[in-house]
Amino acid sequence: MKKSLKERLAVLSDAAKYDASCASSGTVKRDSSVSGGLGSTEGSGICHAYAPDGRCISLLKILLTNFCIYDCAYCINRSSSNVERARFTPEEVVWLTLEFYRRNYIEGLFLSSGIIRSSDHTMEEMVRIARDLRTVHNFRGYIHLKTIPEASAHLIEEAGLYADRLSINIELPTDAGIGKFAPEKRPDNIRRSMGELRLKMEEMADPTLQTKRRKKFAPAGQSTQMIVGADGASDATILGTSARLYGSYGLKRVYYSAFSPIPDSSKNLPLIKPPLMREHRLYQADWLYRFYGFDIGEITSTQSDGMLDLDLDPKLVWALGHREQFPVDVNKAEREILLRVPGLGTKTVKSILSARRFRRLRLEDLKRLGVSLKKIQPFITAEGWTPHRLVDRTDLSAMFAPRPEQLSLL
Amino acid sequence: MRYRFSLRGRGDPTEWREAARAFLLAGIVPDFVEWRTMDDADGLFGFDDNHRPPPYPDHPPANVPAAFVKLAEAVLCHSDPTRFALLYRMLFRLVHDRHLLQMASDADVVAARRMAKSVGRDYHKMTAFVRFKELPMPADLAGRRRFLAWFEPDHFIVARVAPFFQRRFNDMDWLIATPKGSASWDGETLRVTDEPAEKPDLRDETDELWRTYYASIFNPARLKVKMMTKEMPKKYWKNLPEAELIPSLIANAEANVMDMARRAASEPLPFHHRIQEAAAKVPAAPKAPAGTIAALKEEARSCTRCDIYCRATQTVFGDGPPDAKVMFVGEQPGDQEDLAGRPFVGPAGKLFNDVIGEVGIDRNSLYITNAVKHFKYEPRGKRRIHQKPNMGEVRQCRWWLTQELELVKPKLVVAMGATALFALTDMRQKLEDVRGEPIAMEDGRTLFVTVHPSYLLRIPDEGRKAEELVRFREDMNRIKRLAA
Repeated sequence: MKKSLKERLAVLSDAAKYDASCASSGTVKRDSSVSGGLGSTEGSGICHAYAPDGRCISLLKILLTNFCIYDCAYCINRSSSNVERARFTPEEVVWLTLEFYRRNYIEGLFLSSGIIRSSDHTMEEMVRIARDLRTVHNFRGYIHLKTIPEASAHLIEEAGLYADRLSINIELPTDAGIGKFAPEKRPDNIRRSMGELRLKMEEMADPTLQTKRRKKFAPAGQSTQMIVGADGASDATILGTSARLYGSYGLKRVYYSAFSPIPDSSKNLPLIKPPLMREHRLYQADWLYRFYGFDIGEITSTQSDGMLDLDLDPKLVWALGHREQFPVDVNKAEREILLRVPGLGTKTVKSILSARRFRRLRLEDLKRLGVSLKKIQPFITAEGWTPHRLVDRTDLSAMFAPRPEQLSLL
Repeated sequence: MRYRFSLRGRGDPTEWREAARAFLLAGIVPDFVEWRTMDDADGLFGFDDNHRPPPYPDHPPANVPAAFVKLAEAVLCHSDPTRFALLYRMLFRLVHDRHLLQMASDADVVAARRMAKSVGRDYHKMTAFVRFKELPMPADLAGRRRFLAWFEPDHFIVARVAPFFQRRFNDMDWLIATPKGSASWDGETLRVTDEPAEKPDLRDETDELWRTYYASIFNPARLKVKMMTKEMPKKYWKNLPEAELIPSLIANAEANVMDMARRAASEPLPFHHRIQEAAAKVPAAPKAPAGTIAALKEEARSCTRCDIYCRATQTVFGDGPPDAKVMFVGEQPGDQEDLAGRPFVGPAGKLFNDVIGEVGIDRNSLYITNAVKHFKYEPRGKRRIHQKPNMGEVRQCRWWLTQELELVKPKLVVAMGATALFALTDMRQKLEDVRGEPIAMEDGRTLFVTVHPSYLLRIPDEGRKAEELVRFREDMNRIKRLAA
């Protein structure tokens, strides 16, 4: 018997939940106030709900189908898995997106799919959904399409005209890992597709000669995802791969997804609790690389095995390893130096730079800016404050370490 | 004299601004003004005692930075009764101290910013957590679909947020009712009132689909309840259709994960075996005949002879007619070549094209390749910094270059730069010692050495750059004559 829409929605959203991204930000501003139709995007995304896993629900994140001819070990939808299978028609996806959007449940659609028949066939159906939403229903909300590396160039090009963001998952940090766990996927194909996307985006961003207008092609850029903890790759390897992806393909984001046990799991994979803290540290390191002027080497060289410290955040670990560079004078130090002080974020640094033009800052000033004094005190000097060689204390890291916790078995 | 002033205080910035301007122009110090709202117990007496002082003669006009106006508009939406006094105090200070707002750690500035932030957060949560329910259409009426929502904001933000919903939900009629006012849209007019509304009784079938989605997208193996309640505080739950599922989702999470762990992988279904068989039967793509450049190129696509390959996008193999008389050898592909998969298409390639175009060499007649076929670089933020391939890598990659030479059999080989020279001759020489003159090679070919075009791009001094460009052009002229 054919499953009801509700039953299929359950199957096809369950199948999509291992994709970490739910971002709806970074695209162009547009709305329906003058042009009519439905939907708007206003720069920053909106999280319409949060699930008890603490993750934002911004988009209707579903698969077109979870039938798949690939057999990637880590994936819930691999062909050898015994999970329930289902598929939507393109019309059903369009209907769900619009009805969910009208009730303000979502910002838009994040559509992905198992590979059925061929890459082009699957990609064609996904592009059709995006095209219908935009051209038939005047939908101006957010659309994120997962693209399939082997799909034809003309389909990718059309996808970019309708979608805000395109993404291809790199899946695992090393080519060897992909070869082992996703034997049908070709890492060189994935990289080449990302390269083609970047070239396409740059080409479209050039003003045309006739109209001087820039064409819009995936204005929210491209992103990717790596699974953490399924293979043996170290954090240094993972972050090195991220840095190369950011540098090579202009990615907006690399998402890290702690490998999470899946139903009917392959025997080749560990049945472990997802390494959530490791995932969190990787995101912190990723931020340090992109916004705080750290090199990957600086972040990962603090431990010999190339792993990040799970107890302390990577910036604090770096500071504890470079005590000779502290304390830093908050009234004099340059932006780049302030950014390296544990407890100071990019916004606080901006406020400090603005405020100190008018007065010398004291600890109270920093407190009012929302800084945690406990964390920052040993690393700075301020008006009326000198840390009594706190940075030389041998138990400094113990001051920040979390309290011991009883471990539990899965 | 002390003044007492009552406001409606429901987020309308004009009433406070007009009163504050009057007090400021009369030079009334902040301590002498008491601000009240209509809803205060004492304010029941209404606006009777609202009188504004006459302007003080010769008082300078009340000009404030635009940033203060923006800040005040947000703060006035806050529900804190002290907001009017705080803003008037700041206004008064601004007259003497234009830089007040830049003192990010000033107590008043911090307080105002905090209120504005709270209003901003409330705004954001309203855009996120309003849930529209569809009203049934009257049977005999066709027209725009109608939606109704109930929301309970912390602050007086309805008028502030209403345009957001108008920009977004243009093609439907909607009304958002709240205890702090309502907003509605009928396709033509956006109406806003600040009168409190009653909570309506609403139902919508689609909520059931949404709850299904909410429950299925949740991953029970990653339970992080604190994170959820931080972003979706419990105060909002009563108006969110999905929130009723949260307790049971949390309670069953661990059991679900344990259950998943207990069940070992089952045997794949026939579907899987059929796919595997079909995949095995697919005929391999037709191969180019062995011993041709096309076959060599195909083979090089999966080259792993050195470690550069897994950092680069793809192998950038030589390009040009398989029987070209002249072969150009560069160093290695760059950023653009790596993405496009063809040699000399980036900035250096463009310069190269320009120069050979000027001297009359047809690029389509040349076979162009590199000593190393993968791009070696160091990531630096959003860019890739070119790294010189080392001798080991060049030697490994010579495997391909040698075969290219054997298959294309060019009469003339041009080495552009020291790396190409090393790859072709295994000699490390100063470029200047061998540049510009044809050199006979052992295999009967002629070698010509010149600089790499990217060298020309890197010369900072414009004068020297022009000189070097002339020399490069002379080299290309010689090559043209040698090839003829």
